[in-house]
Amino acid sequence: MVGQRKWNRRAAAAVFLLPAVLGLLAFQLVPMISSVVISFTDWDLLSSWTKLHFIGWDNYVNVFKDEKSYTSIRNVFVFLIGYMPLVAILGTLLAVLLNRNMRGVKAYRAAVFVPVITSWVAVSIVWRWILNGQSGLVNYLLSLVGIQGPVWLQDPTWAMVSVIAVTIWKDIGFVSIILLAGLQDISEDYYEAASLDGASAWRRLWNITIPLLSPSLFFVVTISLINSFQLFDQVLIMTNGGPAGATSTVVEQVYKNAFQYNKMGFAAAQSWVLFVIILAVTTVLQRLQRRWVVYER
Amino acid sequence: MRDKGLRLRNGLSHAVLILVSVILAFPFVWMLSGAFKDNLEVVKMPPQLLPSHWNFDNFAEIAKYFPLSRFLLNSVGVAVATTILQLFVCTMAAYVFAKIPFRGRQGIFLLFLTTMMIPTQVTLTPLFILFQKTHLIDTYAALILPGIFSAYGTFLMRQQIMTIPDDLLEAAFMDGASYFRIFRSVVLPLVKPTLAALTIFAFMSSWNSFLWPLIVTNSKELMTMPLGLSKLQGRWATQWNILMAGNVISFVPIFVVYLFAQRYFIKGMTMSGIK
Repeated sequence: MVGQRKWNRRAAAAVFLLPAVLGLLAFQLVPMISSVVISFTDWDLLSSWTKLHFIGWDNYVNVFKDEKSYTSIRNVFVFLIGYMPLVAILGTLLAVLLNRNMRGVKAYRAAVFVPVITSWVAVSIVWRWILNGQSGLVNYLLSLVGIQGPVWLQDPTWAMVSVIAVTIWKDIGFVSIILLAGLQDISEDYYEAASLDGASAWRRLWNITIPLLSPSLFFVVTISLINSFQLFDQVLIMTNGGPAGATSTVVEQVYKNAFQYNKMGFAAAQSWVLFVIILAVTTVLQRLQRRWVVYER
Repeated sequence: MRDKGLRLRNGLSHAVLILVSVILAFPFVWMLSGAFKDNLEVVKMPPQLLPSHWNFDNFAEIAKYFPLSRFLLNSVGVAVATTILQLFVCTMAAYVFAKIPFRGRQGIFLLFLTTMMIPTQVTLTPLFILFQKTHLIDTYAALILPGIFSAYGTFLMRQQIMTIPDDLLEAAFMDGASYFRIFRSVVLPLVKPTLAALTIFAFMSSWNSFLWPLIVTNSKELMTMPLGLSKLQGRWATQWNILMAGNVISFVPIFVVYLFAQRYFIKGMTMSGIK
């Protein structure tokens, strides 16, 4: 009887688990290992893959030596420095407003989330128009106050600024809705005690809201960090990495090296370098977490 | 006195929120209006908020070269298939990880967790080769298959199924129910809210996916909406009215669904940030 049940249990486990494990093997583990192997070769997709030519660490060295590749890594950090603080601060402020108990606040919550559900490709095309030098809305509005706007996406300096601004525009709804959930978890009691003590609105924000919101902030920062490193869709559509590599990103370079220049080995090495960077930065973030994230007990 | 201060603060909040909403929503209004303008009006300065004649010429123009409705159907079909299959695969595996212990289970689960950390572009090249060698490039299978297996979805469902009391499952056993029966009649009904959230998340990931379809499709007949839109851009680089018409086709369906199922969208998409 007992033996029968044990056998049943194993059979059930096998049947239920089989599809997921097969998928994991075929679409995750095997490709992962192949990717490591390919990254040490100069394979070009066309030559037979049974005669791989190993070139040691050359690809990895070139990830940093090759100018395009190096620029793309630097750009990702430039993006991060511009994007992360702004989206976190603006997202927090928006969340505080969305948390106010007043009429119509639900409509605002619904409105700010609309860019989040839209595909990056569609949104990027709309912004290409809005940021266009001649027929764009932004430059028209600037001309009303007497400013001659730049050709945003074709300007070496402004292209990255534009990509950062548009990404904040798309993500802020997402960030603020997550932070809103965090705010709603903070008990009213803290605020009541603070106002009895006569604490100013600023002190309440700084001493109650921010510390108690820090776990959600930490989540938002981690997520947007990982997404920033994988910047691709909006860059490919809005600037195609240009002008002159000003907005090229690592994933954009991986895509182009692999599927336009057939440099499979180099692309694989780039993707692993990116993985190590993401891993390193998130690890540092985890360590720092103890310093500023407050977990309520 | 206090009342007056509150009213002032509420007034200010409304003002800021209205401004933010306008900034976030206006590009969509602009897109809609642009889609119905003609070639001249769309670049006219000063710009005009609404087209003087609403016409569907831009949509007709696209239809001459690109099967827009086909793109839309492909997107819907691929996203629906991916979502349904992913829910099944993830939830079944999650049931084992949560409630059916066996030797080696922990090790397999650890492997799942590890793959969660690997970014997609690492496996991009080998996955492409895998599909090429199996002659599946430019097929629906290539668009759907890799999206079905989600370590994240499995993890999420496992956490949820863990919260079901063992006694409940044990009682069902005593009544002679099989594992399959318990899964269907006890587990699934109890995790419905999480399933709903995962449905939205999986659907939206597939619906908005761009890089993978870009790599594995060649023929127009198989393109999904985001890929189709990028091809429109290739043909009509700065013909904004035509490009906006394409965008409208991709935006309106998902927006309408969002209007009706807002709550689920927000829950599903904020469950994880991995877009």
